[in-house]
Amino acid sequence: MNLTLKIWRQKDSKAKGQMVDYKVTEISEHMSFLEMMDVLNEQLVNSGEEPVAFDHDCREGICGMCSMYINGEAHGPDRGITTCQLHMRMFNDGDTITIEPFRAAAFPVIKDLVVDRMAFERIQQAGGYISVNTSGNTQDANNIPISKHAADEAMDAATCIGCGACVASCKNSSAMLFVGAKVSQYALLPQGQVEAADRVQNMVAQMDLEGFGNCTNTGACEVECPKGISLENIARMNREYLSATLKG
Amino acid sequence: MALDSRVPKGPIKDKWTDYKNHIDLVNPANKRHIDVIVVGTGLAGGSAAATLAELGYNVKAFAYQDSPRRAHSIAAQGGINAAKNYQGDGDSTYRLFYDTVKGGDYRSREANVYRLAEVSANIIDQCVAQGVPFARDYGGLLDNRSFGGVLVSRTFYAKGQTGQQLLLGAYSAMNRQIARGKIEMFNRHEMLDVVVVDGKARGIIARNLVTGEIERHSAHAVVVGSGGYGNVYFLSTNAMGSNATAAWKIHKKGAYFANPCYTQIHPTCIPRSGDYQSKLTLMSESLRNDGRIWVPKNMEDVLAIREGRKKPTDLSEDERDYYLERRYPAFGNLVPRDVASRAAKERCDAGYGVNATGEAVYLDFASAFERYGKEQAKIHNIENPSPAKIKELGQAIVEAKYGNLFQMYEKIIDQNPYETPMMIYPAVHYTMGGVWVDYNLMTTIPGCYCIGEANFSDHGANRLGASALMQGLADGYFVLPYTIGDYLSADIRTGKIPTDSKEFDDAEKEVTDRINFFMNNKGTKSVDYFHKKLGKVMWDKVGMSRNAQGLTEAMSEIKAIREEFWKDIYIPGTADEMNPELEKAGRVADFLELGELFAKDALMREESCGGHFREESAELDGPQKGEAKRNDEDFAFVAAWEYKGEPADAVLHKEELEFKDIELKQRSYK
Ligand SMILES: Cc1cc2nc3c(=O)[nH]c(=O)nc-3n(C[C@H](O)[C@H](O)[C@H](O)COP(=O)(O)OP(=O)(O)OC[C@H]3O[C@@H](n4cnc5c(N)ncnc54)[C@H](O)[C@@H]3O)c2cc1C
Ligand code: SF4
Ligand code: FES
Repeated sequence: MNLTLKIWRQKDSKAKGQMVDYKVTEISEHMSFLEMMDVLNEQLVNSGEEPVAFDHDCREGICGMCSMYINGEAHGPDRGITTCQLHMRMFNDGDTITIEPFRAAAFPVIKDLVVDRMAFERIQQAGGYISVNTSGNTQDANNIPISKHAADEAMDAATCIGCGACVASCKNSSAMLFVGAKVSQYALLPQGQVEAADRVQNMVAQMDLEGFGNCTNTGACEVECPKGISLENIARMNREYLSATLKG
Repeated sequence: MALDSRVPKGPIKDKWTDYKNHIDLVNPANKRHIDVIVVGTGLAGGSAAATLAELGYNVKAFAYQDSPRRAHSIAAQGGINAAKNYQGDGDSTYRLFYDTVKGGDYRSREANVYRLAEVSANIIDQCVAQGVPFARDYGGLLDNRSFGGVLVSRTFYAKGQTGQQLLLGAYSAMNRQIARGKIEMFNRHEMLDVVVVDGKARGIIARNLVTGEIERHSAHAVVVGSGGYGNVYFLSTNAMGSNATAAWKIHKKGAYFANPCYTQIHPTCIPRSGDYQSKLTLMSESLRNDGRIWVPKNMEDVLAIREGRKKPTDLSEDERDYYLERRYPAFGNLVPRDVASRAAKERCDAGYGVNATGEAVYLDFASAFERYGKEQAKIHNIENPSPAKIKELGQAIVEAKYGNLFQMYEKIIDQNPYETPMMIYPAVHYTMGGVWVDYNLMTTIPGCYCIGEANFSDHGANRLGASALMQGLADGYFVLPYTIGDYLSADIRTGKIPTDSKEFDDAEKEVTDRINFFMNNKGTKSVDYFHKKLGKVMWDKVGMSRNAQGLTEAMSEIKAIREEFWKDIYIPGTADEMNPELEKAGRVADFLELGELFAKDALMREESCGGHFREESAELDGPQKGEAKRNDEDFAFVAAWEYKGEPADAVLHKEELEFKDIELKQRSYK
């Protein structure tokens, strides 16, 4: 395949960015999208130009690092996957592909396609944990029975990889799906109950501080989420939040 | 320097308890005056950082990713072992200890492995308390599954995402400490050197990967938990950024590097498809529980399949060579990883590989569909089910067990594995070698510790599944926090370590000189060019089976690539910005040295053990003919290498291994 790529280039967080056109040739349909980017970068290095910076690590769809906005969609046209799992067979010879960083005020661009997702870190630090000592002197694990249903639901929420696609695909740049997933995981487990009210209030407060927008139930986040995190998590977070604030 | 493993005296089952009873403690008020640097925030580093902070030390943690949650521990699918005996099937600390020592082909240190088995049960308690959503049965209790090579069900799991969930547990514990101000987290920072003052590790030099700034960080002790070095092969199941730099830099400053040639090759990975490929994807080994592995018996069929004239499903049972079942009737498709990997390579080398590159064998679920389908038909009282119905019922069961893997396969290969057998091939997966550490997990540099996959301890020559996660968390949550206290108790009056000393100046200069070299070198070749070249030598000559001639050639070829690298490397951009090519260059420079030591170690080890198959050391006759032959008489030792400049000049130190509690036996899977 021969392709035209329109890629956002931005030297650093302060510089002004712009779209730049590149051509790549002989792209195999078996390549992953990131391997296609590798081919482009090799070409750029060989001609003495700066390669395109992009975030990636595991290339297995699980670390949540790769974050590209491809043809107007977070992680590109396929469903239920991250960019590293997107394959070139989704495109046709002669296509023009537009590649941009995840865009959201709370995710400033660091360079080219790399964005800063520290806001997610700070939300987690605001309460995304259970306050248990790491001494190993906890009770026997089977003393905390958890119904299979609750365990499975908590697991589904815990599957979030923190990629930020939900934010990038939301017209309000809301982080509700991400925060909802985290709040849900702990709300569904008995271990997380004691601090549940504080947790949801602190995490939501931090989310607002970071400048994420509000949720207007458009549902784009659920569609673009590579891990199938469902909107139900947002509803659960809202319930948790409401009952926490009512309790004061 | 003589190697002292510092294994406590006394019976094996009392060693750890006695040790803990007799170490020096640091009083909580004094811990506030002690700083610890933790490099790496995977399972090992993350759990260590959280626990040390919990204890009261000031922790500075470093990771090259943008969040600890992205460390490569995240990718582990299968599960984590623990001797809980919840299933009542006879599991015990001793059994887990025994299986692990045997699984390591008797090349690990007994005392360490026993301690690992001992604390394994605590790991599960700890993780559950943190909210890790392990699989549960309908009664609400924890579920277990069994993993290759053992007879009990001791593997705990969270769907196919065990590593992710365990890491998120450690990450949440870290977040709690970050919020309290006890951990200072340095994301997107890479350690580029260690600083040794008066013989003790007292800090590191790190590069801020966003701004390019070179920073000095001091501490009373340095803990390295930087993960494995499988990427020395270029293609592996590791993350793209996984590297040996931190481990290699401490090696160059005095830490011995142990058993570098022990690598685990995983048999069920998605095969390579072309030169552009950047990594190999692992398919969980649990697939071998139900899949049968085969290649065509006849060469005409191989060619017909490769040319697309035939489909694998066109071949009848007796046109297929189920080579594992043929060679290893007792274990069949469930032989250990090294045996399965070598057998696949043997068939492909003989020309029977079924894809375009000739490097793939089939993993076929057809008989599982049938077996499960018939069972389901019985359960649901379906009389005379048609073959199609049986297949449909069977597929549903397989889908429930492995659906996500089948889906992943289809995404990558674009073939439906329910309709046509999967293609698999072995890939480099896990490195059992690493920095040598004593019982306290301290390297040969006082005050410098190494944990998790980056150290050599516990796994010997052939790690079983589900034990690496266990070791990472055991080290970080339960072992290091004690052992490091013993060392730090001497430091309570030291006070802050200054960073304006000559030692820091020198280390920083070394780092900046190297970066400047890269930026100013007027070469013509990219980093990947060299990395791929190194990887090819490693795979061809230092891969699944090795011989003296190939290893000798590999050593000189790697040296030649290294020389070419330093002449002809080209790095675009500048040093004072985010520059991924520059990051890669430093890592590959280190791989180019490690690779040579790796080959040297393999050359020295004239025996076959675990994942290390020396062609010269095979059984010549009898029922084990052609199988790996271990040599306990001459090689029951850990090979610890001392850095002397060129890797070829490294000096070998031997830690003799003692087996007092386990009898050494030859492995047999026939
Ligand atoms: C695909 C796959 C599947 C696996 N499945 C299983 C399984 O089912 N069961 C099992 O027990 N084991 C499994 N393993 C093995 C296991 O996952 C690893 O051995 C283990 O997670 C390693 O943990 P770690 O903490 O030592 O290293 P990692 O998790 O790799 O962490 C390394 C850390 O070091 C940091 N780092 C590295 N270099 C530097 C530097 N120079 N400066 C700063 N930071 C640095 C990284 O940022 C990262 O935080 C699997 C491995 C792979 C690759
Ligand atoms: S909710 Fe989905 S899209 Fe959002 S961060 Fe988590 S995995 Fe990514
Ligand atoms: S690189 Fe890890 S999810 Fe894509």
